[in-house]
Amino acid sequence: MNAGKLLQWRKRVGDKVQRGDIIADVETDKADIEVEVFSTGTIEKILIQPGEKVPVGTVMALIREEGKPFAAEAPAVRVEAAVPSAPKSPAPAAPQGAAAAPPPTIEAGARRLHISPVARKLADELGIDPATICGTGPGGRVTLEDVQRAAQTHAPKPAEAAPELDRAARMRQAIGAAMARSKREIPHYYLSTTIDMSRAMTWLAGENLKRSIEDRLVYGVLLVKAVAMALRQFPELNGLWVEGKAIAKPEIHVGIAISLRGGGLVAPALHNTDRQSLRELMKSFRDLVQRARAGSLRSSELTDPTITVTSLGEQGVEAVFGVIYPPQVALVGFGKIVERPCVSEGQIVARRALTATLSGDHRVSDGHRGGLFLAAVERILQEPGQL
Amino acid sequence: MTRDEIRDGIFRALAQVAPEADVSRIKPNVRLRDQLDIDSMDLLNFVIGVHKEFKIEIPEADYPRLATLDGCIDYIAKAQRQT
Repeated sequence: MNAGKLLQWRKRVGDKVQRGDIIADVETDKADIEVEVFSTGTIEKILIQPGEKVPVGTVMALIREEGKPFAAEAPAVRVEAAVPSAPKSPAPAAPQGAAAAPPPTIEAGARRLHISPVARKLADELGIDPATICGTGPGGRVTLEDVQRAAQTHAPKPAEAAPELDRAARMRQAIGAAMARSKREIPHYYLSTTIDMSRAMTWLAGENLKRSIEDRLVYGVLLVKAVAMALRQFPELNGLWVEGKAIAKPEIHVGIAISLRGGGLVAPALHNTDRQSLRELMKSFRDLVQRARAGSLRSSELTDPTITVTSLGEQGVEAVFGVIYPPQVALVGFGKIVERPCVSEGQIVARRALTATLSGDHRVSDGHRGGLFLAAVERILQEPGQL
Repeated sequence: MTRDEIRDGIFRALAQVAPEADVSRIKPNVRLRDQLDIDSMDLLNFVIGVHKEFKIEIPEADYPRLATLDGCIDYIAKAQRQT
């Protein structure tokens, strides 16, 4: 993901905005997204016009934050902290989609440029003005990787002369780039376990009998909630790998892999997954799927996931060994529920079995902790009433 | 309601779930799921749409009876006769 095209502004210069407001729509390779703001104030200047395609990290607008004096000439500032919890590394898949349209954040005052010497040297060699590069390092520092990414965007490429790829092809390219990066950089390990879903499915059937049609649950919601609850005990799996360091995230925002009709997928976040009741989670889940397929996800939903859950059970898959979305450090996969013979107290009985997998990043965790995590997920699913 | 009217109502519910679908090409005896690239969440939304469109209750145990277009029409017609 290198660039995004501004489709429209929803606000004008002088409009007041509050944190969380949607101010623009941006088309990216992954999806059309709604760009939120992360500060409260007044739009002071708009820098990008509809139809313009700009590199990831480009400042789109300036916002005068509340309580700060009006600046007659808005400084040409860069985003220093686009989204605090956002994956900022280049070219990831779904979770990075929103990076193409960073929320406009203001650094009031004089422009400061933080860039490492090696990054500056490369920028000079490539003839790129470092001030035009969005820094993704600590405090907005421009890293070598940022320069390399900018070079891909700035450099004239044969592809520019070619007809523009359609959305599906661009999405495939973006996914391919993210997955290639993941496989290149992340030392994956894979674990699997079989979970007995008999109790959970029986509980679910009984629960749905009591619920109205609109409130009924799908078993996928139980799985997602169980993962989120288990993550509380394994914070190292809930986070990002940024600038060579693991960053455990205090909030649990499970990214849900959602396939799109016509191909491709996105993995937007169900915010605070562990803190939502099943009813709330189901509602959020339904809403997220509908909006993902309608192309109306919010930027924070694409940048905030701290782990991804994918399920291919409906496609008949028994086990999923997924590729981690960088900069996340883990991915949980679920296959289909199948009836299997199981020996219990000397008797062969039928059990509804589900294969759960964990793809982990060895830079952050190992098989021992990963195995304990999967065991925790299984244990939680044996007490579905506690979800 | 006639079967044609029921069919139209089903198409309206389907359009909410899979707006890109060409409902005129739906084969009546083939599973909707196999024809329309829809998943369990879509099916749930479809059932909710049918519930709202026809004002009928649909127990979860009856979902399999809504698997095909003909199945949906039969189910809804019967439910309406009983109300």
